[in-house]
Amino acid sequence: MDSKMQESTLLQMRHIEKRFPGVLALHNVDFTLRKGEIHALMGENGAGKSTLIKILTGVYQMDGGVISIEGENVSIRSPQDAQNKGISTVYQEITLCPNLTVAENMFIGRESGAWIKRKDYEQRADEILKSLGIPARSTQQLGSCSLAVQQMVAIARAVDMKCKVLILDEPTSSLDDKEVNMLFDLMRDLKKQGVGIIFVTHFLEQVYEVSDRITVLRNGELVGEYLTEDLPQVELVAKMIGKELDELSALGEGEEEKESVKEVFYEAEGLSSSDAMPFDFCIHKGEVNGFTGLLGSGRSESVRAIFGADKVNGGAVKIKGEPVKITRPIDAMKHGIGYLAEDRKRDGIIAELSVRENIILALQVMNGFFKPISRSESEAFADEYIKVLNIKTASRETPVGSLSGGNQQKVILARWLLTHPDYLILDEPTRGIDVGTKLEIQKLVLKLAEEGVSVTFISSEVEEMLRTCSRLIVMRDRHIVGELKGRDLNQSQVMKTIAGGEA
Amino acid sequence: MKKEKTKFFSTGLGQLTIPLVAIFLLVIFNLIRDPSFFGIVLGHNNDGNIVLSGNLISIINGASELAVLAMGMTLVTAACGGQDISVGAAAAIAGSVFVKVLKSGGSIGGGKVLIAFIAACVVAMLFGTFNGTLVAVFRIQPMIATLILYTCGRSIAYWINGGATPTVSSPIITAIGGFIPGIPVPTPIIIVVIVAILFKLVFHFTSLELFTQSVGINGSAARLNGINSTFIKLLSFIILGVCVAVSGSIGVSRLGLINHETLLLDIEMDTILAVAIGGNNLGGGKFRISGSIIGAYVIQMLTVTLYAMKVSSTDVKAYKAIVIILLVVIGSPVIKSRFEKLMSRFKNGRSEISAKGAGES
Amino acid sequence: MKKDKMTRREPLTDTQLLMSITIGIFMVMYILAMILFGGGFLHAQQIFDMLNDNASLIIVSCGLTIVMIGGGIDISVGAVTSLVVMSCVLYLNNGGNIFVSILLALGIGLAFGAVHGFLISYLEIQPFIVTLAGMFFARGMTTILSVNPQKIAHEGFLKLMDAKLEIGWLGYVAKNGNKVPARIELGVIVAIVCVAVIFIVLKYVRLGRNFYAMGGNQTSALMLGINIKRTRFLSYLISGLLSGISGYVFMMHTGAGNATNAAGMEMNAIASSIIGGTLLTGGVGNVIGTFFGAMTLTTIKKIVVSSGLNDPWWQSITTGGMLCFFILLQSVVLGRRAAKKKN
Repeated sequence: MDSKMQESTLLQMRHIEKRFPGVLALHNVDFTLRKGEIHALMGENGAGKSTLIKILTGVYQMDGGVISIEGENVSIRSPQDAQNKGISTVYQEITLCPNLTVAENMFIGRESGAWIKRKDYEQRADEILKSLGIPARSTQQLGSCSLAVQQMVAIARAVDMKCKVLILDEPTSSLDDKEVNMLFDLMRDLKKQGVGIIFVTHFLEQVYEVSDRITVLRNGELVGEYLTEDLPQVELVAKMIGKELDELSALGEGEEEKESVKEVFYEAEGLSSSDAMPFDFCIHKGEVNGFTGLLGSGRSESVRAIFGADKVNGGAVKIKGEPVKITRPIDAMKHGIGYLAEDRKRDGIIAELSVRENIILALQVMNGFFKPISRSESEAFADEYIKVLNIKTASRETPVGSLSGGNQQKVILARWLLTHPDYLILDEPTRGIDVGTKLEIQKLVLKLAEEGVSVTFISSEVEEMLRTCSRLIVMRDRHIVGELKGRDLNQSQVMKTIAGGEA
Repeated sequence: MKKEKTKFFSTGLGQLTIPLVAIFLLVIFNLIRDPSFFGIVLGHNNDGNIVLSGNLISIINGASELAVLAMGMTLVTAACGGQDISVGAAAAIAGSVFVKVLKSGGSIGGGKVLIAFIAACVVAMLFGTFNGTLVAVFRIQPMIATLILYTCGRSIAYWINGGATPTVSSPIITAIGGFIPGIPVPTPIIIVVIVAILFKLVFHFTSLELFTQSVGINGSAARLNGINSTFIKLLSFIILGVCVAVSGSIGVSRLGLINHETLLLDIEMDTILAVAIGGNNLGGGKFRISGSIIGAYVIQMLTVTLYAMKVSSTDVKAYKAIVIILLVVIGSPVIKSRFEKLMSRFKNGRSEISAKGAGES
Repeated sequence: MKKDKMTRREPLTDTQLLMSITIGIFMVMYILAMILFGGGFLHAQQIFDMLNDNASLIIVSCGLTIVMIGGGIDISVGAVTSLVVMSCVLYLNNGGNIFVSILLALGIGLAFGAVHGFLISYLEIQPFIVTLAGMFFARGMTTILSVNPQKIAHEGFLKLMDAKLEIGWLGYVAKNGNKVPARIELGVIVAIVCVAVIFIVLKYVRLGRNFYAMGGNQTSALMLGINIKRTRFLSYLISGLLSGISGYVFMMHTGAGNATNAAGMEMNAIASSIIGGTLLTGGVGNVIGTFFGAMTLTTIKKIVVSSGLNDPWWQSITTGGMLCFFILLQSVVLGRRAAKKKN
């Protein structure tokens, strides 16, 4: 029995540790992949699944643990090294060259000899594309293909490289149903050939359709490994979202019913943007509500539309009953809306600028170009918020990029608090930060609400949202599928709605 | 790559380290070579004015046009992540306009000089707007966009001058290019100080500095904070236009004539160098105007030192190149991170080993 | 069979599209010039003159195109050309041997390319600054070698210089009734060989395709298993080598070394590459396009002269205008393509 286990085990990762400045990204994580298996790796933002994948593909080096492939201990030093060891990855972002042809993309970096055997490659590429049913021609410029086809070309490349382990990182997020089915056929085909597939996705239905086993991570730790057929969907959601931090459950209870008497602050009807489907939404003064749903359900896109962060396509928006037009972030800011973006690094911090400059940025923009905040004033602001939010920084002039994730987040919070917004949108403010800071941020949200600020709060952890929000808007597949408040505001109801079992 | 660079600039003396060290080394070198090199003499010039003279003065004086351009270039670099290579050609145009207005009949008085300068400014700002539009609106890389004006700018100057090299002789112009009677400091130095103060005032009375850096470092975040990055980029080119007009006018006043072919020839290269030596990332982002000014003086001091060593004016470039390469190699991210690694291994050797041991157990 | 060919026809790649636009505009311009000005434009010699005068520009532009396809820039090419001319002239005038002089030219070019490549790819210094320093160094060295123009006096070389390919049937009858055959300098043949070789390298050799991959998306190229540092190093090395060849060709054309040789050639080379459809962002471009870019640039100048606008400043103004036109055209064409794809 034991030896048989050994035989079928393709990849084993044991006690994996990974630390980033200020955050323990992975702690004692085990992962096992068998031959001819489709293994779904599940977890919400910050659960550590992308870190795990990056360790496996040689992008990051682990701080501790052992990786073995077919029983042999290996160390993976670079993406190339991973490829040589039979680990191929297809990322959500296409890592191919759009200016080359499909055939070139499939064979580049792994041919021998100085000359390009163009005809040969094109013929082989056409064969592979045909056998996998990929609707692309080998001579086509990759950039002229749809994203879905580009993704499949990347898979075709990996398949042709005779990989043992194929990692598909969110491969279906840009595919339509037909294409997804094509991909699944392809995956089942590969499975028969004995390839082990690690499937990372946030679409639950797809997990149940195609995978054999599920490993769930949460907060950088292993929750468990399950056979797909033994794990009902609702339970999976529960395991991903987790029930923890009981110490905090006392926070903010019994406040829910007040909001009905308060005036409506913001109201949108049929609001849509280049990334968000039309939706209706409103928030009252001093209310804390939340958008929930899994990653990719459209919750971030919706709040971005409210702030005018993406191109707004249509819809009527009213603030305090007055119709307004919000098409750019500055419009939203002038109407007292603040937005803490989901991707802190890309959309939040100005890494090389100091904590002080980052804090005053939004207020400065609102004050206008010709009314700069004086040095002493800005220092006072910075000092105040460093103290209020307990930001751990060497000084107010430290570049914000050198702070830990949680403190960077607090700096951005400070930036928006300084503008004294009437309505604050917080998209994943607690992502990737330590537990203590999470608690501080939740407390702050409730305090703001008491002061009359409306807050929309998004978090991957439902517990957190239940504690802070008095109303939850549930999204699935880019549509609002339910709104929970009062008595319905409990974990099982939320999970049922998210998983698609709403009454 | 960008990350590594910023890490280096954010510590200690920061980005001013390299230019200051360069100046320091040059000073030491010159003092050893010739202790009287930096002697400053108060004497009389041909017009009978009391003036300061000496190598130090001529270095600071000679770098004036470069320093002014470097200030504007810093802003463009920071906002757009690229450089304007047309500043020399644009300065020739601005200088030509300056002369054209001065020579448009009547005697040259103070008012007329002012009008001529304003005209030069307007024209240079228009060309700046042209470059800026290509960069900010059409999203063409600055170097390519400004290649257009680089190619034809001096010809436009030629056309303005009607193919000649008109001269202007007026005590006011002589004073701008040389000395104002009664003030022993060369006027171009005073102009540089004024421009630097103006920059300081602009940074004090507007949010230009914060917005430019935000746009240059993280355009996406800047947009989500309501900053209009197109406007900021365009503005940086327009401000550079003013700098171009100032340095063009200084250049013309020094010689008392406009030669479209030689006025501030090749200065674009020196300007970009000054910005780089000043520790500013040519890929945009955080900047320090003071670094670029010091960078300009480093370049000029290097040139004058080489002249003093009897290197001919045409050969100077070769030696300059060697010094530049040395400076950028020292400042290169790879060398820097190697050095930092070496230092940290030296410092934390022990703690690292023990941490590793704990991780494995 | 025929049908199969029809269905396999692909839409043009960005590179092909931009190149076609350039060739098209060049043709239209040249034909217009033939109709409007006649005269010289009707003789084949006009084309050959353009080639004779621009052989070295074409060669350096090819090198620059490779660097730009890889996403870099090399502004030292003109200065290196000038240094090579001066070094070889002095060497030959001091009793050197032609064969060694060729090696000298190639050696200088390669040395510059290797240093640039090393500093840029292995020490990660910005290409603009490195090649700017290279340009300063080469210009400075040229004047250190000699400030005064040096005319070549080596007999063997003078013979080589005078060697011209004469094609009788492409010639024309001059006013005095003499038949003048079309004359092509050896340098043109070198230039055409360079264009052909680089075309083949870019299209059929792995290294060439790696340049495109690197310029197209550097992270992807790395993920696909390409040695980025070595590829980048080689792009500058090739550019240096071509600057060396260009210097020798320049010398064969002018027969003299002068500190102001090839002044401004780097910008003309950049302009040729851009007009030929090379994007400074990398990944898109082609030497055939660059060749036509250089020819377009020259034709414009010839047309300006033929229009009676003899002042030299007209040439650079039209060149600037032409550049502006091409840059905006490319920006618009590619922008529309991207927008179309999104929908």
